[in-house]
Amino acid sequence: MSLHFTGEHEWIRVEGDVGTVGISNHAQEALGDIVFAEVPESGRSLNKGDEAAVVESVKAASDVYSPVAGEVIEGNTALADDPALINRDPEGEGWFFKVRIADKSQLNDLMDEAAYREWVKTL
Amino acid sequence: MAETTEILQVLPLDSWHRAHGARMVSFAGYSMPVQYEGVIAEHLWTRTNAGLFDVSHMGQLTFHGDRVDAALESLLPGELQLLKDGRLRYSMLLDEEGGILDDLMATRRGDHFYVVVNGATKHDDIEQFVRRLPKGVVLDHMKEQALLALQGPRASEVLEALVPSVSELGFMQGDAFTISGMPAWISRSGYTGEDGFEISVAAAAVEHVANSLIAHDAVKPIGLGARDSLRLEAGLPLYGHDLDTSTTPVMADLQFAIGKRRRAEGGFAGDMRILAELESGAAQKRVGLNVEGRQPVREGALILDGEGNEVGRVTSGTFSPTLQRPIAMGYVATPLSAPGTALKLEQRSKLFEATVTPMPFVPHRYHRKQGA
Repeated sequence: MSLHFTGEHEWIRVEGDVGTVGISNHAQEALGDIVFAEVPESGRSLNKGDEAAVVESVKAASDVYSPVAGEVIEGNTALADDPALINRDPEGEGWFFKVRIADKSQLNDLMDEAAYREWVKTL
Repeated sequence: MAETTEILQVLPLDSWHRAHGARMVSFAGYSMPVQYEGVIAEHLWTRTNAGLFDVSHMGQLTFHGDRVDAALESLLPGELQLLKDGRLRYSMLLDEEGGILDDLMATRRGDHFYVVVNGATKHDDIEQFVRRLPKGVVLDHMKEQALLALQGPRASEVLEALVPSVSELGFMQGDAFTISGMPAWISRSGYTGEDGFEISVAAAAVEHVANSLIAHDAVKPIGLGARDSLRLEAGLPLYGHDLDTSTTPVMADLQFAIGKRRRAEGGFAGDMRILAELESGAAQKRVGLNVEGRQPVREGALILDGEGNEVGRVTSGTFSPTLQRPIAMGYVATPLSAPGTALKLEQRSKLFEATVTPMPFVPHRYHRKQGA
């Protein structure tokens, strides 16, 4: 298992060829109270950097981009009724979707956890 | 075009906000608190207890001079000549075509008027007033004056503990008081739909007054984020979003602010157009919208009729913390403005079902005195 982060504050936790994607604790803090999330349906094909999901706080809407290319195998249905789950547990139960990764070499472009946490401190 | 570096002005309470955990953002040229513990918690706190807002960015103006009421009436459509001493009136500064340059609160205060205008527009407003009012009217911009708002069902209990006689004020009344040893002008008014007060004190005294208020366990500081969601639930327009020079008081459904005598006599900027709109309706009208689902629909979204024709635009939208659903306001073609009208909203290529709804979305709870 490995954990990677994008410069847009998504994370992807990889087990085998499946990645689970969400937004970082830093991202949920910046957004504030989350009132809506829309996750992709299973079967949807994503390119790296595609707008895969939408998250909305009271104040503003933000896109969640796919960190890698692949096919969506599951969206987190719990977020529809309880979008605040993203605030409470952004890097755990508040995940957005799972994707079957087409090309694991794309993970090399992402930050590892230590690098991301250090970088966020500079923002 | 190169972006000019914005030098933000600092509120008198800047360090106080930071010490209370505020996240600061740029707004109206000021560094201002957008939230402390979170927008929804602050919003619900204000609806159930008392919220303290720093609105010192707003422009506090006084107007002196002979027949100052009649002079202001040339630019404002409100009834000011019959306004009693110590009474406030909501009004609008109009351009010569009847477009809204700003919305404001005007108070008769003895021999002069005290007017509170929006922060983002105050410098333009002052320029307009100076240029368009008769020379005998003297405008003073009270730059050394701060403004606090205490809003919510427990606001009166909190303020009466410090200033017992404020209980005499009814909604839209103001008077001079002393709070924690400091002179203050306090009015029973606000921008949340709740009972509450606005407290004008010297900038040098505002930290002392804010500390006196926050010492009560019913009071928490509230940021701009909740100020916006509270006013939207209350159906109150926000200048620069729901009102601008392309809208008139009739389009904005604010005809309550046009006095009866003013309707009969005119004599204000844009009167020809506005009186005609009062007579036969404006082409568009500001309405409230209940949005289906959970996703907020925001400023800029298109409003479509049943056949998909564009009939207006959303000017404000959010997720209502009180109602736990998305709400919005916008302008639609007047024939589609009746409550219950089904419309569609289009945001980022996605369609939403919406229904025209009377405002406020959340009932006002103003303190109206009997016979006042």
